[in-house]
Amino acid sequence: MKENRKNPGKQFLITALILLFCGLLAGVLSSLTYVLPDFLKESLGLSKLRPLHVSSVMFWIILGATGSVYSGLWMLSKKPISILISKIQLILWIIALVGVFYSYFTEDFGGREYWEFNPIWALPILVSWILFLVNFVLAVRKTGKWPVYVWMWLTGIIFFLFIFIENYLWIFPYFREHFVTDMTIQWKVNGSIVGALNQMLYGTAFYLMDRINKNESKIGYSKLAFGMYFLGLTNLMFNWGHHIYTLPTESYIRYVAYFISMTEWFFFVKIIYDWKKSLVEMKSNYSYFPYRFLMATDFWVFINMGQALLMSIPVINIYTHGTHVTVAHAMGTTIGINSMILFAAAFMFLIPKDEQTVQPNKLLNYSFWIVQLSLLVLFVSLDVSGILKGIWQLDPDQCSFGEMMESLRTWFIVLGISGSILMLCFFVFIIHLLKKAFSVK
Amino acid sequence: MKIKVRHIFSLLCLAFLMFSLSIYVYPLKKLKAQEFNKVSAVEGRLVWQKYNCQCCHQLYGLGGYLGPDLTNEYSKFQGNEDILKALFKGGMKQMPAFNLSKTEENFLIEFLKQTDASGNANPRNYSIHKNGMIEQNERK
Ligand code: HEC
Ligand code: HEM
Repeated sequence: MKENRKNPGKQFLITALILLFCGLLAGVLSSLTYVLPDFLKESLGLSKLRPLHVSSVMFWIILGATGSVYSGLWMLSKKPISILISKIQLILWIIALVGVFYSYFTEDFGGREYWEFNPIWALPILVSWILFLVNFVLAVRKTGKWPVYVWMWLTGIIFFLFIFIENYLWIFPYFREHFVTDMTIQWKVNGSIVGALNQMLYGTAFYLMDRINKNESKIGYSKLAFGMYFLGLTNLMFNWGHHIYTLPTESYIRYVAYFISMTEWFFFVKIIYDWKKSLVEMKSNYSYFPYRFLMATDFWVFINMGQALLMSIPVINIYTHGTHVTVAHAMGTTIGINSMILFAAAFMFLIPKDEQTVQPNKLLNYSFWIVQLSLLVLFVSLDVSGILKGIWQLDPDQCSFGEMMESLRTWFIVLGISGSILMLCFFVFIIHLLKKAFSVK
Repeated sequence: MKIKVRHIFSLLCLAFLMFSLSIYVYPLKKLKAQEFNKVSAVEGRLVWQKYNCQCCHQLYGLGGYLGPDLTNEYSKFQGNEDILKALFKGGMKQMPAFNLSKTEENFLIEFLKQTDASGNANPRNYSIHKNGMIEQNERK
């Protein structure tokens, strides 16, 4: 195997872990503002904390995915990756990150949900992403027949680029003139960008599984794997309309989304069908961290997909839309699925092989299980507060908004507590991984 | 001819591009005379972003969830702009008091007029089809 030390993906993974640290802190502080209205109101306030939280964790996922793809490619590709390009790419990211944080702390907003920073800082991100695409294509250009995960990585990178540009179309007044179209494009972007990142991450999960099972080149080329890849891609392209069922758009947009979203039942049924097989696999790999996190991913895919499928049915969506059920869905997937895959990848790529097992470290073992448990509590607290608001929304003699929010207080307290525990346990992993990454010579 | 992965990939991409284009050109087909000042409304959206209202408020249920949905805030107060301006300035609970300039204030109100004119976002204002789809009721 090639020298792991020079793997260009490592620096991206390390940067990503640091961003997760910041994002978790901002998330817990955000949840406190729900319960304590005057908390940090004058200094930070939710208007800075929410963007800080959401952007940091989005960047954790984006940079983590970049790092994972690079690491996988590094082990896979015979053609070397250009270290120079990857270095410039990272420097551009660092410039963007400094700009974004500066922008938030000085309240220099101007962007939209998830990207609230001054749009100027999107430029270095854009250029760095183009470099990523170039580097990737140069590395895989001549490597024979691609396994499914190479296709998934490439798809993720190309679509992220397209969607990222689409994300800034609003800069042109033409796109803002028609409010409904503007909103449609905005949520087309937000829906499908997650799909693009998922292509990179599921590709990584596929690759890791392939390595763990040591039967390389089998799963990666199967018809079923490619079938699932195309189904995922179709969903990336066309299912985002389920975010905007209530928006008065052209009805074909909504029907396309409704129809395509329902094809995801296939994934759902497949998970149940594979359950037994997974259990057998689990026994032999249970003590191995990359595997553990992938196992957790499976569980969270099941829970989140079940909920997402229900939310994609418009009559149910009308109850959950505009409430914290949406947040449960957003956080449930980004933590339960994306972050778990990234931790699996970080364990695989940042730590020497003999240190990837669980046994010697009780603290890590407990933290793993507390993460899962507190995430479940966090998820339920968001869902319950969301459903209660949903019932309020449809109640003909509803009380005032303020009173309704007051009645949800208990659930917001549960959110704050479970979130804090989740944060602390994630910190244990982040610190462990960073320590190891820096100590490897 | 054998169907290859890249053929299916290209075909899907083409479909996606056409779908996207059909959405981009929609305003060209649809711009009719509207009840708000278009230029100001377009600027008002930027004021909404500049002060990050989206972080606590929703439009058609999308945004942050600490505060209420503001899609139809304009008609909630029967278009009384003084009340709206007072609300922006006053702040309440977690919402800070915003010090908007006169122009910004007017742009923002024009934007809220635009969102209000686009439809009624109240979830009680939808009917349900047999196939499970929902549809916004016509405005009276
Ligand atoms: C930090 C969160 C936050 C931000 C940012 C914020 N708001 Fe609010 N807003 C609230 C909360 C909380 C309420 C009060 C809800 C209640 O009635 O309990 C509120 C209430 C309002 C109301 C009164 C709603 C009603 O009908 O009673 C208006 C109007 C409003 N906000 C407009 C804005 C505008 C315009 C902006 C951006 C310039 C903005 N808000 C930014 C949190 C925020
Ligand atoms: C890996 C960790 C995390 C990820 C990936 C994550 C992701 C997200 C995302 C994507 C959103 C936007 C949701 C939306 O717009 O619908 C969000 C919002 C939020 N998150 Fe997190 N989150 C994480 C951890 C936490 C923790 C530990 C807390 C503490 C309780 C927290 C509290 C919040 C709050 C309060 C919001 C705002 C919800 C609102 O608008 O009302 N998050 N998070």
